[in-house]
Amino acid sequence: MASPSGKSSYRRVTRRELLKLAPVAALGAFAVPALQPTLLNRGLAFTDWAAAGWFSTSRPAPTFPDSEVTPLDRFPLNSYADDDPGVDLEAWTLQVDGLVARPGRYTLQQIHALPKIRESTRHICVEGWDVIGSFGGARLKDVLMLVGADATARFLAFECADDYYESLDMATALHPQSLACYEMYDAPLTREHGAPLRLRLPTKIGYKSAKYVTRLTVTNILQRRGYWEDMGYDWFYGL
Amino acid sequence: MTGSTASSWPTPTEVHFDTSAAPIRAAYEHPCLVRVTHWLTAISLFVLVGSGLQIVHAFPSFGPKIPQENFFDPPQAIRIGGWLGGALMWHFTFMWIFMGAGAAYLAHQAISGRYRMVLFTLKDVPGVWPMVKHYFFFKPRPPVTEPYNPLQKLAYTSTVLFGVMSVVTGLALFNTVQFSWLSRAIGGYSLVRVWHFLAMCGFLAFIPGHLIMVALHGWTNFVSMLVGWKRDPEYHAD
Repeated sequence: MASPSGKSSYRRVTRRELLKLAPVAALGAFAVPALQPTLLNRGLAFTDWAAAGWFSTSRPAPTFPDSEVTPLDRFPLNSYADDDPGVDLEAWTLQVDGLVARPGRYTLQQIHALPKIRESTRHICVEGWDVIGSFGGARLKDVLMLVGADATARFLAFECADDYYESLDMATALHPQSLACYEMYDAPLTREHGAPLRLRLPTKIGYKSAKYVTRLTVTNILQRRGYWEDMGYDWFYGL
Repeated sequence: MTGSTASSWPTPTEVHFDTSAAPIRAAYEHPCLVRVTHWLTAISLFVLVGSGLQIVHAFPSFGPKIPQENFFDPPQAIRIGGWLGGALMWHFTFMWIFMGAGAAYLAHQAISGRYRMVLFTLKDVPGVWPMVKHYFFFKPRPPVTEPYNPLQKLAYTSTVLFGVMSVVTGLALFNTVQFSWLSRAIGGYSLVRVWHFLAMCGFLAFIPGHLIMVALHGWTNFVSMLVGWKRDPEYHAD
């Protein structure tokens, strides 16, 4: 507080008090177009840091009984380019490379052979809507074990038949509910839902659950983050 | 300052500045931290509401996606961020400024004891209606016995509750899996978005009244939120 003495004039005291609002004036940097992208990306990075900090691989996403599952005809389709990129389902393989002991091409049969998980979880779109879907597939963690992935690697990068691409932190990939999903509603994935293989990540925002996956790379360095993320959407976006 | 020790709240300090001209009577009303957090909150609230409405625009409904029934699609003039991804950037950045300012303000209120001036409690309930009659029905002003009248206390305490509500519902919305217990506690995920929206509505209900009162109470009242000192206050320290 200002100590009013005989010498300090009202004007001088109040001017000094006004200068103490400098932290508020600093927010003006957000109004400078040249600084805006940097500042907002910092904000987003801080949000990701916090969200990754309190993400726990052992904390499950809520699951729901079949009676609460949204009917398939009311499960929205948000394909980024095409509802059917024309995948040759017979010839499809998953190309695996990067920090893995057994790189190569994996067939759907090899993924089918892994323990099958069936779970009904909430799918939340960044737009704001949500549905409860029924999903079946192998644990992403089991796929990583199948290919001998280095679990200390930081990221998984995915490429898709429709040129969509995504990436994922290893902690989320090891979450027991993260699926290499090949069934929805107890039937093989339909083309519009990403046949023959899609990601299903109940601990992530919807756009992270890429469809039509054709390639998995285990890596410590991401060349690119994801189709939507590279346009400015949040990368970690854990739920 | 030493006079009315009976009151349980700190009274504004009143001093006479010596200038070459006439002495200036002024009272130190708002400590620096209160002023800084007030303006940080005001600015971040502006950004959070604008970007929040841009986020609402992406899906202006609280129901299912199929079939979608729009509830309220905010016009472009009141949206911030330009597109959904841009709005999320602003929202996810300024939520930290909002929370930081709010936490600092509440800690300061608690430690300094100033909360006793503005916290609405049961004993303030009887005084609310006379103030409402005064402001809205032009009835005589009830005698002023405290720095903040019961209606002011109600308004300021409500904004703190709306702030807490927006942070809690925002957390349940943003991290609904990590804080699934929180989502459940406030009525399930489908209601979390509604509660978050209602918290914003609470702020929006406060702001017009707040600005009108500031305008009615004049320039010196506004200046005191900038420099802390209010010139020629209508009250006397002792």
